[in-house]
Amino acid sequence: MDLFISMFVLALIYSTPIIIASLGALFSERSGVVNIAIEGIMTIGGFVAATVIVFTQDSLGNFSPWLSVLLAGVAGTVFSLIHAVISIDLQGDQTISGTALNMLAPALGIYLCQIIFNQQRTEIFRRGFVKVSVPGLSEIPVLGDLLFKQIYPTFYLAVFLVIFSYVLLWKTPFGLRLRAAGEHPSAVDSLGISVRKLRYTGVLISGFLGGLAGGIMVLTQSTQFTATSIHGMGFIAIAALIFGRWNPWGVLGAGFFFGFSQIFGIYSRDIPLLANIPKEVFQALPYALTVIALLFFSGKDAAPKSVGIPYKAGQ
Amino acid sequence: MSDTDLINMQKKRGLRENDNLRLFLTALLAIALSLLVAVFVMWATGVEPRNFFKALLRTYTGLDPAKAGTDQFFRPRYLGEFLQMSLPLILTGLALGFGQQCGLFNIGAEGQVIAGILGANLVAILIPIQNRSLAVLAVIAAGLFGALWALIPGLLKAYMGISEVVTTIMFNYIIFYLSNAVLKSLPGSNPQRTVDLPENAMLSSNWLREITGNSRLHWGIVVVAAAIICYNLILNHTSFGYEIKACGSNRDAAAYAGIKVRSRIVYSMMISGLFAGLAGACLALGTFRYGRILQGFENYGFDGIAVGLLGGTKGVGILLAGLLMGGLRSGQPLMQAERVPLEIAQIVSALIVLFVAMQKGVEILGDYMARKRMSEKMAENKTAQASEEGGK
Repeated sequence: MDLFISMFVLALIYSTPIIIASLGALFSERSGVVNIAIEGIMTIGGFVAATVIVFTQDSLGNFSPWLSVLLAGVAGTVFSLIHAVISIDLQGDQTISGTALNMLAPALGIYLCQIIFNQQRTEIFRRGFVKVSVPGLSEIPVLGDLLFKQIYPTFYLAVFLVIFSYVLLWKTPFGLRLRAAGEHPSAVDSLGISVRKLRYTGVLISGFLGGLAGGIMVLTQSTQFTATSIHGMGFIAIAALIFGRWNPWGVLGAGFFFGFSQIFGIYSRDIPLLANIPKEVFQALPYALTVIALLFFSGKDAAPKSVGIPYKAGQ
Repeated sequence: MSDTDLINMQKKRGLRENDNLRLFLTALLAIALSLLVAVFVMWATGVEPRNFFKALLRTYTGLDPAKAGTDQFFRPRYLGEFLQMSLPLILTGLALGFGQQCGLFNIGAEGQVIAGILGANLVAILIPIQNRSLAVLAVIAAGLFGALWALIPGLLKAYMGISEVVTTIMFNYIIFYLSNAVLKSLPGSNPQRTVDLPENAMLSSNWLREITGNSRLHWGIVVVAAAIICYNLILNHTSFGYEIKACGSNRDAAAYAGIKVRSRIVYSMMISGLFAGLAGACLALGTFRYGRILQGFENYGFDGIAVGLLGGTKGVGILLAGLLMGGLRSGQPLMQAERVPLEIAQIVSALIVLFVAMQKGVEILGDYMARKRMSEKMAENKTAQASEEGGK
């Protein structure tokens, strides 16, 4: 039981960045822009967060990780602006643009590490986020142990963002317009609402959430930023979006699923049946499960109808 | 000249716009802009751009101006290293290009290269053949492994409509871990590497090594030459290649014309994977002397995206783009020695892809200018006609 509880809590921690990044991709795709650059955006976020925390951990204490991930979000927003310009104004190929940003992000991050730290990684930070226990709720038997004891506060941020995204996208006029821009942009245009602005908003929100997710990932799962810090979680976030049918609640569930698949490798040594299998098999597992999940949930009917198609007014 | 004539002329020009000169100029523009941005990045971070270009000059020509007059002035070893680094990149460029011809974006070359390396290492270490045919067998195995690793994403794309972009990325990670597990379990392996590969499995050539001042240049050159020829032959001179290009330009029309679109998609992915697998052969049997347990992706596949796009998915273009990127990569140690962080090379290669993605924007601008010119000409025509009529 203790093993299960500690696995469960770790799975929540690992699913946090996947959920947040996936919400980012949700905003972008719902507005009509494919954003496979989430991986690169997370990488930039991870670099910025790890760098900021190295320089502020002494002066700012417990506030330092929050400032770090906030600035990671800002950096992600700026970085995603490139994708927005190419996809929306220049009507470029969104997959190629995203791929370019995914190539650019680790190169730029490590280049800047060489400039700032004289090595191909950031310096090690002493402490990222601090685990918390929620007073009162953590006393509930079982449930308290699973959800409210010794867990990073960023997990609650992820749950809050899921609810927030749902309300924003499905209960406000702005959300209706943003989703319409991804389904029938010409209908939005005919009402005199700018598709361009809506899509920019969608991509930039995805940049902020992607950067935030990358920052949180590094500050909860590593002790420094390296070229492999994000190792495909951005892509898994996109898979979680497809698996979750382009919907915040689905994203939450899919995020848990992929979070769980991550931690088998860590615990395989403690589970007798699994101990003899090479650890690489478990490391490959989340990616293999992603393919299998796509196999069952690949239906295009849930995807926004105009996603990936540049909108040209007057056509 | 009537307005319809003008429009027809414009259309003809539109067709001609796809010709090689235009591809070449767009590629040059993308390279120039990328270098410009890279210079800005270096300038903004206090790095001397001149050192970057000095390192590039030495890589591409083997010349070191600082040592003019001495026997160190020209060092063919740099040339040999630059060529040997270009070989896998040309092959991954062909991989990207072949997929693009069928309308597929194969980001999985990275993983297919790793599969190829695995295949070559397995044959070289496990099969007890004493003569040079082992090398041939290892190259074939590498190609097959690459092709097989592309098979499943191809099937998923063709029969289930699952985007090859996401699946090939996942397959990159899967083969990365699995090949590490397999290589570690081979007899004599330790957690960093396998045993040395037998000499008769290698592509290395004493002759090529000697004429290039002891570089690692190897027989992979022949593999690459054959690959480029096959690439052009298949795509431009067979009905199979024609069908692939038809699927690439319009899948529905191709299906209506009776082309088996699904099978063509699967074959394209596999041939694309085959080229990437051969890149793995060059690396496993030419560049390195033993199987390595990888710590992270080495970007041969991702740089291949830059090569394939820059080369306009044409054989000769990919050759030239591969040489360009090969120099950029093999110059990295020289850059680092000149106090330029070597990641600047990766930044340039990413920027090239970025500017290729912007191509459409350049076209929109071009169209706008052309339309403007055309409407001016029409206006001129009208005034000319009006004055003619007035003259009558």
